[in-house]
Amino acid sequence: MILLFKFVDRRRVRNIETKKTSQKPIIEIKALGKTFRPKSGEVKALEGINLSINQGDIYGIIGMSGAGKSTLVRCINLLEKPTSGSVFIDGQDISKITEKELRTVRYSVGMIFQQFNLLMQRTAEKNILFPLEIAGVDKETAKKRTAELLELVGLPDKAKAYPSQLSGGQKQRIAIARALANNPKILLCDEATSALDPSTTNSILKLLKEINQKLGITIVIITHEMSVVEQICSHVAIIDKSKIAEDGEVEDIFRNPKTEIAKKMIFSEGDQGSVIMGRNTYRVVFDEKSSSDSVIAKMVLETKCLVNILHADMKNIDGFAFGQMVIQLPEDELSVARAVHYLRSHQITVEEVGTHVG
Amino acid sequence: MWDSSMTTLIVQGTFETLYMTLASTLLAYIIGLPMGVLLVTSDSEGIVPMTLLNKTLNIVVNITRSIPFLILLIAVIPLTRLITGTTIGSTATIVPLVIAAAPFIARLVESSIKEVDYGIIEASLSMGASPMQVVTKVMIPEAKPSLIIGAAIATTTILGYSAMAGIVGGGGLGDIAIRFGYYRYETGMMVITVILLVLIVQLFQEVGMKIAQKQDRRK
Repeated sequence: MILLFKFVDRRRVRNIETKKTSQKPIIEIKALGKTFRPKSGEVKALEGINLSINQGDIYGIIGMSGAGKSTLVRCINLLEKPTSGSVFIDGQDISKITEKELRTVRYSVGMIFQQFNLLMQRTAEKNILFPLEIAGVDKETAKKRTAELLELVGLPDKAKAYPSQLSGGQKQRIAIARALANNPKILLCDEATSALDPSTTNSILKLLKEINQKLGITIVIITHEMSVVEQICSHVAIIDKSKIAEDGEVEDIFRNPKTEIAKKMIFSEGDQGSVIMGRNTYRVVFDEKSSSDSVIAKMVLETKCLVNILHADMKNIDGFAFGQMVIQLPEDELSVARAVHYLRSHQITVEEVGTHVG
Repeated sequence: MWDSSMTTLIVQGTFETLYMTLASTLLAYIIGLPMGVLLVTSDSEGIVPMTLLNKTLNIVVNITRSIPFLILLIAVIPLTRLITGTTIGSTATIVPLVIAAAPFIARLVESSIKEVDYGIIEASLSMGASPMQVVTKVMIPEAKPSLIIGAAIATTTILGYSAMAGIVGGGGLGDIAIRFGYYRYETGMMVITVILLVLIVQLFQEVGMKIAQKQDRRK
């Protein structure tokens, strides 16, 4: 048990220190709604969204596919025009300004994408130059800036390479450099690591964190992976069925998820396939009050009830272990009762589960 | 039957054909390229949706494309006379060629530009690009290899049309083929002009493909 905890801990260690962020919202979304009207009926993609993102935050927006998170991030720079509500960037209501003014606002809001979206006919260097050309920056300055950015993302030797000659991670680094070219205040990331393998994902997340800390850029991350939120976000909003189910600081949400969807997203991370269970299986949920000691091991010793651990998923947050475990207890009812009683008396939630856990 | 005047005729015909084809292609692109771009951008899913303009363009393109070239050639004779002052010869043929080729080119350009991944266009919009910047800096450069292949196809099609203009005295190799090969049963002449036409088509096609391949950075 202890071993198991340690193993899981090491894999999921989060940097708990929260960076001091100034409490001034740089992005404010008020009563935002977006309805798509294709020929067949209506699709409500977003409904009554209220969000406030402070300067310097790394804000995660997480949800299942189809929850509306990609639409939401596109409403922040108005690539999608909301059907109701307003979006404030740095105090300015951008849903009420002209196209031309909006373009100027977009210089200060960088964006990166799952599919990188680099210009295939331009070299890496020319890709980074692109937003500077758009903004009309003079050639001399633009060239210097491009060199700096290539340095920042660690690819100065790839200046002359075309995107087709780069790996996925390198493409995303160039895309990040490109998004940062005009010194934006905000960086929007739309599933930026979803097309990358785990180790590349880590290095990109590290780079994003570095950018946030070094340059003080507010980052909004759209993802369906809880591990991304865990690794770098300071705040998170969980979006479900076009609405925000829950939002707040990452630690608070992880420590005490209130909604079903939040619990599901936090506890079932990585548990894609369902585990086939025999009889007498119980789900044991650990929260703040429990789990600092090796409870299961002690229970086995004290109740002499042999436990079969079928599945465990734990995270270490603020020195506490959170998560769930699925255990199988022996056939005989007495020892089952003893075990369940033992766990409950240690303020651990225990419930019997059906034949499968998903 | 063969003498030096025949050689002169063929050489002159070849130059007339090249002149008609290249001049018409150039002029047709001046009209067709913006039309093709507008067809994409004004679409309801495009970057500047303009339904009325889009529908009008589509109708104009479809009507022009459905008229057989031979009929168009004769139908626009008054316009040809108005513009060039004559209705025979290669310069006169350029007018119907441009009218027939521009909508065809518009469709070629439209399909090339539609091949550009929307994600790239979205990314450029997110950086604050104006619609004009999206067209000139993203759509056209990104579609370049495909546009060049389209240009090779357009050129060879126009070459074929130009030969048809021989029927009404349009000049060029087609004219020679009809006057000598068809009206005077001089099979040798017919064969020579056909071979020359085939060679010119091959040349344009090959050169177009080579340039497109060299310009393609996607692989």
